Amino acid sequence: MTETPVLRVADITKTYHLNTSVLARITRKDDKQSSLHALDGVDLQLNKGEILALVGESGSGKSTLAKILVGSATPTSGELDYHGEPMPLHRNKDASRRIQMVFQDPYSSLNPRISIGSMLKELLVLHNIVPKSEVRAESIRLLNLVGLEEDALQAYPSQFSGGQRQRIAIARALAVRPDILIADEPVSALDVSVQATILELFATLQRDLGLSILFVAHNLAVVQHLSQRVAVMYLGRIVEVAETEELFRNPRHPYTRALIDSIPRMSAESVNEEFFLDGEPPSPFNIPAGCRFNPRCPYASDACRTTDPALETVAPQHESACIRASELDTLALTIKPRRTGNTAA
Amino acid sequence: METPLLSVKSLTIGIRRPKGSDTIIVDDLSFDIQQGERFGIVGESGSGKSLTLRAIADLLPKGVKVLSGSILYNGAELVGMPTAQRRKLMGPEIAMIFQEPMTALNPVIRVGDQIAEGPRRYLGLSKKAAMELAIEMMAKTGIPDPARRARAYPHELSGGLRQRIMIAMALSCGPKLLLCDEPTTALDVTVQHQVLKVLEELCDDSGAALAFVTHDLAVVNQTCSDLAVMYAGHIIEAGRVKDVFSDPRHPYTKGLLDSAPDFDQPDRDLVPIPGFPPNLAARTAGCAFAPRCAFAVDACTVAIPPTLEVAPGHKAACIESERIFEGILA
Repeated sequence: MTETPVLRVADITKTYHLNTSVLARITRKDDKQSSLHALDGVDLQLNKGEILALVGESGSGKSTLAKILVGSATPTSGELDYHGEPMPLHRNKDASRRIQMVFQDPYSSLNPRISIGSMLKELLVLHNIVPKSEVRAESIRLLNLVGLEEDALQAYPSQFSGGQRQRIAIARALAVRPDILIADEPVSALDVSVQATILELFATLQRDLGLSILFVAHNLAVVQHLSQRVAVMYLGRIVEVAETEELFRNPRHPYTRALIDSIPRMSAESVNEEFFLDGEPPSPFNIPAGCRFNPRCPYASDACRTTDPALETVAPQHESACIRASELDTLALTIKPRRTGNTAA
Repeated sequence: METPLLSVKSLTIGIRRPKGSDTIIVDDLSFDIQQGERFGIVGESGSGKSLTLRAIADLLPKGVKVLSGSILYNGAELVGMPTAQRRKLMGPEIAMIFQEPMTALNPVIRVGDQIAEGPRRYLGLSKKAAMELAIEMMAKTGIPDPARRARAYPHELSGGLRQRIMIAMALSCGPKLLLCDEPTTALDVTVQHQVLKVLEELCDDSGAALAFVTHDLAVVNQTCSDLAVMYAGHIIEAGRVKDVFSDPRHPYTKGLLDSAPDFDQPDRDLVPIPGFPPNLAARTAGCAFAPRCAFAVDACTVAIPPTLEVAPGHKAACIESERIFEGILA
């Protein structure tokens, strides 16, 4: 990729500290249990005009990363570049305008007491997007862009269904003309038939407006349909990044493989039960030594318990953080899936 | 055919209004579940799938009532059965698993004691024997270190473990029918995979039948043998899962299948269903899906379409079924 990525994060960490009493802090020998490593060295870049999906289980740090990108949380350490320039820690109005967010739950992300028209007007005026006289026309343009009509201007969020609210939330994010959209599980609260319309909307926006979109999701079937690249997150770190087709065809990290094999399938012939993942993700209070995936990994060797693998290029446009990435294909046939119930702690 | 384990006939659930017409939520619903069968009920929010399940378990929310129809369990009528008698069925005969295990478990009682409560009450086990059974059930659901975990409170466990506790609790008295209301919706995909596996294995072992409510078509495909698709309180299509998925005969079922992303067909375009589900308080005459249906003709808005057998064991409530799916039929 020769072009400068629109957004690049390098070695981002975010640590939350629990409120412990002074006495507890003095008596406790290590502070491992009281600090939560939500992000533990994340490297990621978002290219211009692409949809990059970020997938992972709950607690993997997807939402924390989204918050840091949008500026509502500050990283503990690390770099965040926007168009090759470092993003200031405290963003001014213009900087914060560039990256906008769409939230998961359209029922709680819209203010129930403000009409759609005044919500959009507030943003357009505050950021001087258009002259005052054109605010109404611009609001209508935004609503049309997301597939709503002019009469929505006078309405309040409670008058809309979940799918329509999500459209409004997208219109709000687009009002300030961002070039990056961060969407945090925008379709997981919606029914399937509605979900398809919102996914279509994201694809249209990317195509027509040239938006770069970071799409946080846990549904891999959705991701496969929408995104160009996928980044897989596990316990606060990116463990694999590749182009969508490549990632699903040729996963080079055991965790990605487990995720793919866990997807419920739609046709009777395609029931994939080879790979079975034990247990649940460990607590981010206490990240395992070595590779953070080793306690659940059927391929874990002694080396995996001691070395913490970095994200390395395993193929063109394909990075994986697994020391056995190159042998994964051959291992699949020789190692039997483990049964449930004997989680290695 | 032998007597079905559960037979729901013309079940109508709604809110009774003192004046004017009642609001009908579930309308004239009929289906059977055989011994040991795995029956899926699919639909979007508001289709009445969860209420149907709750009516079977006698857990309808306040104000919502069974207005007419019957629910026969092993030939015994559940509608109108005295509460005391019905309660005796819940546990040893019928058990339920809920969507959100955090709110369904009692937060101030240790999970082991919660599981042991049923066997003590219904199977007459001693406190010690019931606790042993509870630990055994926990082990069966794949909970590591069950003896220690039995002393935990629900908040100390992760979502996947809590759902396993729910399964252990539901199966502890050996029910013949297990009602599941979106049991894996709140779980991560890898954990969902594990929990569904455990559920299937345990049902196979005990021979319990499963009534599985979900909105996830792929989960139904992997878990159930038969299914009913609900829309606005009606069953609009029912049959064997593989028949319905490969050859849907109702435009709504087809719409659902076309709008859901399929992992095995990444290049297929997602086709959304236009419009919105109907307002149940203001039902119109005719097929509830007609306003959103691309194939609707005038006759569709006149009367509710009858449920027709379109293939052996495959029913659909669409008068235009033959015309719409002609291409598929050939």
